[in-house]
Amino acid sequence: MLSRPLFRFARDDHNIPFLKGGKIGLMTSAVLSLLSICLFFYPGLNLGLDFRGGVVMEIHTPRPETPAEVRAILDKAHIDTASVQTFGSPQDLRIAINLPRGPQQPGQTNQTIDYLRQVVTTSIAGVQIEQADAVGASVSKELLRNGILALVFSLAMIMIYIWIRFEREFALSAVITLVLDLTKTIGFLVITRFEFDAVMIAAILTILGYSTNDKVVVYDRIRENLRKYRKMPLAEVLNLSINETLNRTLATSSTVFLAALPLALFGGSTLTGFATVMLFGIVVGTSSSIFIAAPLLLLLGRKRLRPEVEKRN
Amino acid sequence: MMYYSRLRMLGVMALCLLSVLLCLPNFMKDPFPRWLPWHQVHLGLDLRGGSFLLLQVDLKALEKDRLQSLEHQIRQALVAEGLGYVGMQANPASAEVSFDLRAPSERAGVLKTLNALTQDVSHEFDISISPEGHVVVRLRHEALVARAREAVTRSIEIVRRRIDSTGALDPTIARQGEDRIIVELPGISDPERIKALLGTTAHMTFHLLAPNPTQEVPGATMLPTQDGRKLAVLDPVEVDGADLADANATMSDGKWAVHLKFDTKGAEDFARITTANVGKPFAIVLDGRVITYPVINSPITAGQGEISGNFSAQSAADLAVLLRAGALPAPLTVVEQRSIGPSLGEASIRAGLLSLGTGFLLVVTFMLLFYGRFGFYADIALLVNLIMILAVLSLFEATLTLPGMAGILLTLGMAVDANILINERIREEVRLGRKPLQALQTGFERATGTIIDSNATAFLAHVMLFVFGTGPVKNFALTITIGIGTTLFTTLVLSRMLIIRWYAHTRPQKLPV
Repeated sequence: MLSRPLFRFARDDHNIPFLKGGKIGLMTSAVLSLLSICLFFYPGLNLGLDFRGGVVMEIHTPRPETPAEVRAILDKAHIDTASVQTFGSPQDLRIAINLPRGPQQPGQTNQTIDYLRQVVTTSIAGVQIEQADAVGASVSKELLRNGILALVFSLAMIMIYIWIRFEREFALSAVITLVLDLTKTIGFLVITRFEFDAVMIAAILTILGYSTNDKVVVYDRIRENLRKYRKMPLAEVLNLSINETLNRTLATSSTVFLAALPLALFGGSTLTGFATVMLFGIVVGTSSSIFIAAPLLLLLGRKRLRPEVEKRN
Repeated sequence: MMYYSRLRMLGVMALCLLSVLLCLPNFMKDPFPRWLPWHQVHLGLDLRGGSFLLLQVDLKALEKDRLQSLEHQIRQALVAEGLGYVGMQANPASAEVSFDLRAPSERAGVLKTLNALTQDVSHEFDISISPEGHVVVRLRHEALVARAREAVTRSIEIVRRRIDSTGALDPTIARQGEDRIIVELPGISDPERIKALLGTTAHMTFHLLAPNPTQEVPGATMLPTQDGRKLAVLDPVEVDGADLADANATMSDGKWAVHLKFDTKGAEDFARITTANVGKPFAIVLDGRVITYPVINSPITAGQGEISGNFSAQSAADLAVLLRAGALPAPLTVVEQRSIGPSLGEASIRAGLLSLGTGFLLVVTFMLLFYGRFGFYADIALLVNLIMILAVLSLFEATLTLPGMAGILLTLGMAVDANILINERIREEVRLGRKPLQALQTGFERATGTIIDSNATAFLAHVMLFVFGTGPVKNFALTITIGIGTTLFTTLVLSRMLIIRWYAHTRPQKLPV
């Protein structure tokens, strides 16, 4: 069994004309990204506690308590803006209170959660408080700002790195592809209604890292082939490079996919959303490495990367 | 290139063995063998239950306090010199105290008095007098910043002392940014009592009462008492709680009380005030509330005293803790808090380990099926990689959270990428008709550049995440960053060594790729 590999994704002599679909791929990708941007503005992301501020408490009750019953208890204690939902089992309830509109007093959410804790423990016998989080308005704003900063800086660093190691066209098409990937991931987040919190930023950045990693390998091969086949037109070089790296691209995305899959299945409430978004990002990142990054490079680099061959044609 | 010296091989083996040894403490209870370096990975609050608090030091209040005392100082100094002032007021928004001269002729005298004040406090403020005689004394920004920095440092110290005295097990207290303090309390899923302890400034002062304590008079402030009344307490501080040497909860006449012990200065002040005011009541004020106002029966010269109020065992003990730890320079507010119950923590560990195990098995199986023998070597490298990540985390006694576990898992998925690149390259070289040895050599060589390029970009992205992330996100970025480092070693050095050793032993005519 160890002597030979059992299966492969593509045959050794494959030569799939990926660039033929380049225009369609680019158009599809652009349309999907545009739709995602629309979704971002309406209905918008489901902001989690980290970025929205407020109070979330998860409780485990000894006997199944309906959300309506819990809501009645909260109403009686004058906590009437709370939303109550079950998650997992009917014994697990999640109480969320958004920050009220208007200016906030520091420590306000802290007082709210203390009061909520007191109400819940005195009104429901034998209740277990599994999780109780309160995030103030100033903190949530900072968390969001830091998240966006991390995203922007990562993109910039990636671009600078590729610019230095490769060339301008490579860096530009990589970043454009990444932005396309990013917007689609945000669209996916809007559709699935997963909560967008600090951990989601980590997921998105991991996707960016993975996607870049994927593109760099293809670009590396393109650069090598550009030197190797001096007379070959750019389109052919690109197509050849994608084909040559195809097995690797698919094998790597498979292993990352397989690693993230159990997280999505058994990661529990904290990590399911995170891992599902990762899975989506892996598929998007891999497909954009094949269908988007190279056509973009062809579009941007036709004049500069192969001036003499292009002139002759 | 294709030869590994015995020494180098031993080095690699030694590093792997060291990693295993560094990992061991995480799976054992007692240090054994005793000579082993004993570092364990800390489990994050989300895995073992506990509370996270983010406290904000109220620097505004600090500024306001400073301004008020400045105003007080100016009034005292001017009165002492017999100079007059009109409409003195403190304006916290612009950090200044302003007043008008009583007479233009006093300009020089006022300026001199104020300048004498600045020298006392090392040029903490600027003075300007307009031609019309309007005086503005403005606190300098740098002075405020320095004061704020010192206040936060002192707050951290006091927070630590207060928490330590509650017996909380290995709490973490750290500064975050300019004016915030992080407190992590493992195992405490209801931080109510600790929050109450931290929410008190605990500034205690001893004052005399106004002759008729129910009536408001200038120079006195009406302060609430514990029984809901209001008393006129004279403003001058006779004894300051900062001069306390010790405080303990004691029983006195069957009731809980707090026993105080003053340092030399405090004892002197205490002796002076009690000797001069026998028969009069004096008020013990804590954070603007009168706790108690006993009548001084006889001079107290031993530097010891007792506060009896309506204390329970707990509240007496808490007050003693607060007084022992000292007063906070500024109030603290809890701006973020997260607590996780122990059972949820256990469930998270189970979920994390299950995902980690399954993910590992899936990747290992895939590599075995996809690359055969070379896949097997990649799997060994992957196992060592996992052990090394844990070893590095243990060495630094880093904290592992659920997102951190996710980071490890994703690293495992990404780690085999280097092996995939190498294997695909070797395979290409074989197809080009190269001999096994040559194919291996060129394969490794060509893949190395690609591997470094692709890992460097991922590394950059995660360093950014580490810099800008907070809490769980930081942990996620940390494990991935460590993972990228260990991956480079296990794939470029270890799995390559395994393949070369296999080649040297068997000298195959065909490579199993």
